[in-house]
Amino acid sequence: MTDIGILLIKIVLALVWFLVLTLYLTWAERKESAVIQDRIGANRASIFGIRILGLFQPFADAIKMIFKEDFVPVFSRKFLHTLAPFLSFFFVAITIAAIPFGDDIRIAGKTISLQIFDANIGLLFVLAMLSLGIYGIILSGWASNNRFALLGSIRGAAQLISYEVALGLSLVGLIMVYPSLRLSEIVRAQGSLLLGFFPAWGVFLQPLGFIIFLFAALAETKRVPFDLPEGESEIIGFFAEYGGLKWGLFMMTDFMEIIIVSALLTTLFFGGWQVPWLSTAGFEFPWGWKWHLGPWLVTALEVAAFNIKVFIFCWLQILIRWTYPRLRYDQLMDLGWKLLVPLSLLNILGTAIVMSL
Amino acid sequence: MELLFVFLIFGLLGVVLLSLNALLGPKKTNPDKEQPFECGSPYLQDEIKPFPIKFSVVAFIFLLFDIEVVFFFPWALVFKEMRPAALVIMLAYGAILPAGFVYAWKKGAFKWD
Repeated sequence: MTDIGILLIKIVLALVWFLVLTLYLTWAERKESAVIQDRIGANRASIFGIRILGLFQPFADAIKMIFKEDFVPVFSRKFLHTLAPFLSFFFVAITIAAIPFGDDIRIAGKTISLQIFDANIGLLFVLAMLSLGIYGIILSGWASNNRFALLGSIRGAAQLISYEVALGLSLVGLIMVYPSLRLSEIVRAQGSLLLGFFPAWGVFLQPLGFIIFLFAALAETKRVPFDLPEGESEIIGFFAEYGGLKWGLFMMTDFMEIIIVSALLTTLFFGGWQVPWLSTAGFEFPWGWKWHLGPWLVTALEVAAFNIKVFIFCWLQILIRWTYPRLRYDQLMDLGWKLLVPLSLLNILGTAIVMSL
Repeated sequence: MELLFVFLIFGLLGVVLLSLNALLGPKKTNPDKEQPFECGSPYLQDEIKPFPIKFSVVAFIFLLFDIEVVFFFPWALVFKEMRPAALVIMLAYGAILPAGFVYAWKKGAFKWD
């Protein structure tokens, strides 16, 4: 009974964390783009005249979106038209279950892991769910019964499956280094030290794998410079026939993908919740200093470290989105198939040779 | 068990978000609204026309390569325990994979014009 209660609390906490971060990423994106383009950005939303940098803007957007008309075009395939945004949202949202937020904590003799779904196939689960999100795109284009939406969805599907290969291959080298698919074990393995003082994070052991994963994951989020499925400024995207919250679900999917990609980059390549030289008893610096900390402080530091790393990667992705122009379609396919796939195969070969020496 | 609860709660949230518009939104329609979206110009075709077969080539190559990627994962998991034999085994497999890749490349599967 208490197990189910703990589980429900964990799910609700993860959900709230995810949704609040999604909402505020829209604000962060507007503000960051404003700074890049020398504007002020959204700052009008207020509660009783209190504005605070437009921090209430996401809530204003959400309320506006909720009271929009539920528009299903007469010529569309009605059931699939409703199903598509749901699938798109659902498959991205549930991947949060596999992300470890912190080390195990002990309350009243019970060990609780700060992770909802600690499966031995955690990494494959995340990859599988992220690829199932393609169904949302394909179905939305097909169900809209609109030529431009269909073309957009096919462009999207071709792009996503092209980068799926590089995404999978770039992680093989990482699994060879930390022989586990369990995300919590990969994070624990990154807590050890190289040569006695250097944190054994994935980015130091698999630098090429990190770069390939970053590019492939950016393409999977389908934002500029890889926004050919959508192309909001010129070409019509796969959700042309959507409005209101159904369109909002596609938009939320984009922002959730940013968070999931940031969380995966953090978990796989930047030590997850690990803080360098912090163990369960406190800091143990390689030059001999010790700094004892209580267990609660250690947990708080680890969760904070995870969050800060995720925020940094979210910021980086928004920066890339507002700095680079869009790729042409043939350049996109060339980058995926002719550069990232051969590079990731070379990465596997190189890792295997170095580890066999 | 955990996954069941996650599926239920997130699925419920998705259904609620989907139905909010139908519950709270207005319902006004007119003939102009019911046309397929076509940049404001009068629409020409109201059905889906055939599209380039090029995309299906990408899909086929993806199927082949993704299956090969799947075979890499169990090998990577046991690599540490059975090296250097694992390297020799994968070199044989890894020679066939680029062969197919180069063949597809030379055939122009990745060419767009």
